[in-house]
Amino acid sequence: MLEARQLTKEYQSGDHRLSVLRDVSFIVPDGAFVAIVGPSGSGKTTLLGLLAGLDVATRGSVLLDGADLSTMNEDQRAKLRGEKVGFVFQSFQLIPTLTALENVQVPLELRGDDGAPARARELLARVGLGDRAHHFPNQLSGGEQQRVAIARAFSNSPRLLFADEPTGNLDSDTGAHIVELLETLNRESGTTIVLVTHDLVLAHRAQRIIRLADGAVVSDIMVESVPAPDAT
Amino acid sequence: MRGSQLLALAWRESRTARRRLLLYMSSISLGVGALVAIDSFASNTQRSVREQARSLLGGDIALSSRTAYTKPVLAALDSMRREGVGVTEVTSFASMALVQRSGLTRLAQIQAVAPGYPFYGEIITKPAGEWAQLQTGRIALVDPSLLIALNAHVGDTLALGFARFIIAGTLVSVPGDVGVSTTIGPRVYIPAKYLDETSLLLFGSRSDHKTLIKLPPALTPAKFIFRFKTRLEKDQVRYRTAAETEFNLAQAVDQLRDFLSIIGLVALLLGGIGVASGVNAFVMRKIDTVAILRCLGATSRQVLAIYLLQAVAMGFIGAAFGALLGIGLQLGLPYVLKDFLPVDVTVTIEPLALLTGLAVGVWVALVFALKPLIALRNVSPLQTLRRESDSVALRGAAFDPLRVLVALVIVLSVAALGVARAENPLQGLGFSGAIAAAVALLYGAAAVLSASARRVVRPSWPFVLRQGVASLYRPGNQTRSVVLALGFGVFLMSTVYQVQDNLLRTVAVKLDASKANVLFFDVQDDQGAPLDSLIRASGYSVVQRTPLVPMKIVAINSLVGEQLLKPDPGALKDTAGQSGDGRGRGGGGRERWVLRREFRSTYRDSLMPSEKLSAGRFPKGGSPPDRLPEVSLDADIAKGLRVGIHDTITWDVQGVRVQTRITSLREVNWTRFEPNFFAVFESRALAKAPRQFVILADVRGEGAVARLQRDVITKFPNVASLDLTLVQQTIGRVLDKVTTAIRFMAGLSLALGIPVLFSAVSATRRERLREGVLLKVLGATRQQVGRVMLAEYLLLGSLGSVVGVILSVAGAWGLMHYVFKQPFVPALLPASLVALLMIAIAVSIGLLTGREVFRETPMAALREA
Repeated sequence: MLEARQLTKEYQSGDHRLSVLRDVSFIVPDGAFVAIVGPSGSGKTTLLGLLAGLDVATRGSVLLDGADLSTMNEDQRAKLRGEKVGFVFQSFQLIPTLTALENVQVPLELRGDDGAPARARELLARVGLGDRAHHFPNQLSGGEQQRVAIARAFSNSPRLLFADEPTGNLDSDTGAHIVELLETLNRESGTTIVLVTHDLVLAHRAQRIIRLADGAVVSDIMVESVPAPDAT
Repeated sequence: MRGSQLLALAWRESRTARRRLLLYMSSISLGVGALVAIDSFASNTQRSVREQARSLLGGDIALSSRTAYTKPVLAALDSMRREGVGVTEVTSFASMALVQRSGLTRLAQIQAVAPGYPFYGEIITKPAGEWAQLQTGRIALVDPSLLIALNAHVGDTLALGFARFIIAGTLVSVPGDVGVSTTIGPRVYIPAKYLDETSLLLFGSRSDHKTLIKLPPALTPAKFIFRFKTRLEKDQVRYRTAAETEFNLAQAVDQLRDFLSIIGLVALLLGGIGVASGVNAFVMRKIDTVAILRCLGATSRQVLAIYLLQAVAMGFIGAAFGALLGIGLQLGLPYVLKDFLPVDVTVTIEPLALLTGLAVGVWVALVFALKPLIALRNVSPLQTLRRESDSVALRGAAFDPLRVLVALVIVLSVAALGVARAENPLQGLGFSGAIAAAVALLYGAAAVLSASARRVVRPSWPFVLRQGVASLYRPGNQTRSVVLALGFGVFLMSTVYQVQDNLLRTVAVKLDASKANVLFFDVQDDQGAPLDSLIRASGYSVVQRTPLVPMKIVAINSLVGEQLLKPDPGALKDTAGQSGDGRGRGGGGRERWVLRREFRSTYRDSLMPSEKLSAGRFPKGGSPPDRLPEVSLDADIAKGLRVGIHDTITWDVQGVRVQTRITSLREVNWTRFEPNFFAVFESRALAKAPRQFVILADVRGEGAVARLQRDVITKFPNVASLDLTLVQQTIGRVLDKVTTAIRFMAGLSLALGIPVLFSAVSATRRERLREGVLLKVLGATRQQVGRVMLAEYLLLGSLGSVVGVILSVAGAWGLMHYVFKQPFVPALLPASLVALLMIAIAVSIGLLTGREVFRETPMAALREA
């Protein structure tokens, strides 16, 4: 379970305090697929950073699988991420010096898991890249790179997966394949997915949509209750 | 994460950065190379000294004396012979050598050797085997340089005084030979049995007597010394064993190593700075990867470990490469220093020196790499979502204990290295402090330039120049690191040239000051006036004719003989030396040389230009006959004798006791080319003493000196002469040899500046690439971008060079003032040449590193940036 409690994030800009998030609260149950949407500058990425423990809130707290992130230091949060969190980014964020296989191995190796190569190979096969394991990121297409990133995100069997505009850098066909892949993995492994996007069509693939505007939650609805926008 | 996984990840992650990281780490290679070479060379030399100690001495023990042996000593030598101890002798002195065929003369070191000399070691001649023939007739073996100077060849007749010798061959190598000594005075070996025929050793002539002893197996040097010590010391005969020779030489080698080590250490520390600059650039390129790793759960400790492992591995390779380079340099050092080495150095690899160099290199690379690497801990995983600028991404807390600790480790490491390499801890700390001061000065100068560039730039300036100047103060500028790397190189090189130039100038000035250019010595009492007339008759002027009387001290005040060596009962406990009135107050005993030293004194009634009165009244003659004659002493020798004004000294002047009282002390400039004296007497004190003369003459005109020398030697075969112009040239040649050796090391330091410069320039490569590409996007031509870069590097090069030259002037002044005790005049030409060379190097490296800006299209380069 993921819970945001009155999350506020402020930045000091010269003499002014800039409020990027204001009293954001919600609960995401285990196994859910939630989309956070909103226009540019609405605080989506800031919220994702706080939920995943990449940043700390000015006020409020995040409970990730029962652990209060606000009481942890940077390294404790990193350890927690290594054990329970997966990431998929818009710009893939693969380590350019590692092969596809090695990229997928990294979270497992950071945890000190034995058998990391075998697990990584299995995951690469599941995302359809079994034959591209020894390619470097710059030898792969955008879609392939994102599939490697998804394999990496699931390598540590995360309780939660955060996806930041995962199709933002891909064409629509490839994007659709990536979303299907995320959905499949979500179904099969019961992983909670938090997806940040400004693409409403993509957001409607989730079960629930939290809408942000000016740093505050303006709506929090189940997808069945709203009609999906025209994909075209 | 398990260790093996960490290692594997560090290895895999380093794939694309290895070459670059290795380039940064190569900054330390030259430093390590220098240390390995110096240490290995020192070990090699020490070993060679150990192996060749007996050959260097020529026997198990060497006895030596400035005067002919006394009867008891000769009797002792006879008894040694009877007991089966090998005894052989050599008498050496300076005299004129004349080749009659060419009519040329040259002052040479004559070595009259008895059969069997030397017992150990081999004297190699050309043609081979001539040494064995030396005792078979009137034969001479000479240094090749003498043949050149006299325009002679093997087979010519050499006149030494009244004797004639056939030159049978030249000397190829003599054990214990220091190459540079033959430049000063070429040697002539003759059989001792013909020494009297030369009639060169007359009254007052200076000669050294050396006896080599070869002990039978049953007799150890210690036993021998124990038995003869009292006799030898009583008759002022010095003795030296092969072990002492080894010890003294080993000490000299240690000192040479200490001196060279300073340059090696500077090289290593500069390398450390290069590593820091380079790793800084490396760190900037790794921000994105670190952010991803942090996102994926890597702790800051794991991140630091990954990159530290990479740095240590590359540091090790850099140091290992340096060690290999060191072996190469080690092969070259004996060649560069051959003129100053008394032994043939056998080059072997020294494992300890190699390991020490490796360890020191890896450590320096590690501590200097740590400084930028620890900034990677500050990279937030949030950078994966929102990328900040490099400097913001790496920014940490205002107070970071680890950063302070690393800075402390660097300071302690530099201090420890200084202390470990220097002769004593204080010197080591002083050396480390001097480096810190030079670094601080260079950094300070760069900071001032950076700040003033911002103010000085004017909108009216051409665009290219404005951009170039702006690059000196923009965020993440490279002004400090480049100025440091360049400045240090210029500083070292220019200092060497400045000191060399000044030393040569000093010699030239002194020759001019003395006005004379030929010095005649060993002129006997009855030869003074005729020689004076001969010089004047030839149309030249005599500048000075100085009488010279040899003597020894027999008593000071009421103390005689061994009493002089005991602490003065009347002296105060205070050992500060001289008091204001010039009285000696030392409480300790005097050194044995007081009794042994032969003083060659003169008498006159006025001070010479090279002298300055420091206490009392100079003897002007005419003191009342009922009082003791007056004497003036050199202030330093008075300190050594522990005497002052009003003390009395009794001299043994050729068997006659002359008691004098000290009435003045003088400061003497001993570096001038004219006769100077420790003791100057009132005329009446030495009026009847046997004497000889030193004559200084001013002989101008082409070939005039050589003609006069030939005429003088023909008429007065025992009179030796020195062509001072030739001396000046000789000193120039010796200095050349010294500076070649130093330049070799300074050149190494300069070469070291190049990878450091590469590292420094690479550190800001990304910024320059972005900026250059943006300029291109905005319509700048490649030529304009190139000119901006040219302006930037010209400015950086000029600043580094100017600061380096200023530092070198200060450094050279310090060396001239405190070490050589000579005046200093800045030598601008060599400094300018070094500065221009460094500017050219800076511009070349800058343009080479920035070549991508020219090559890439704006779009491709933007993606890359």
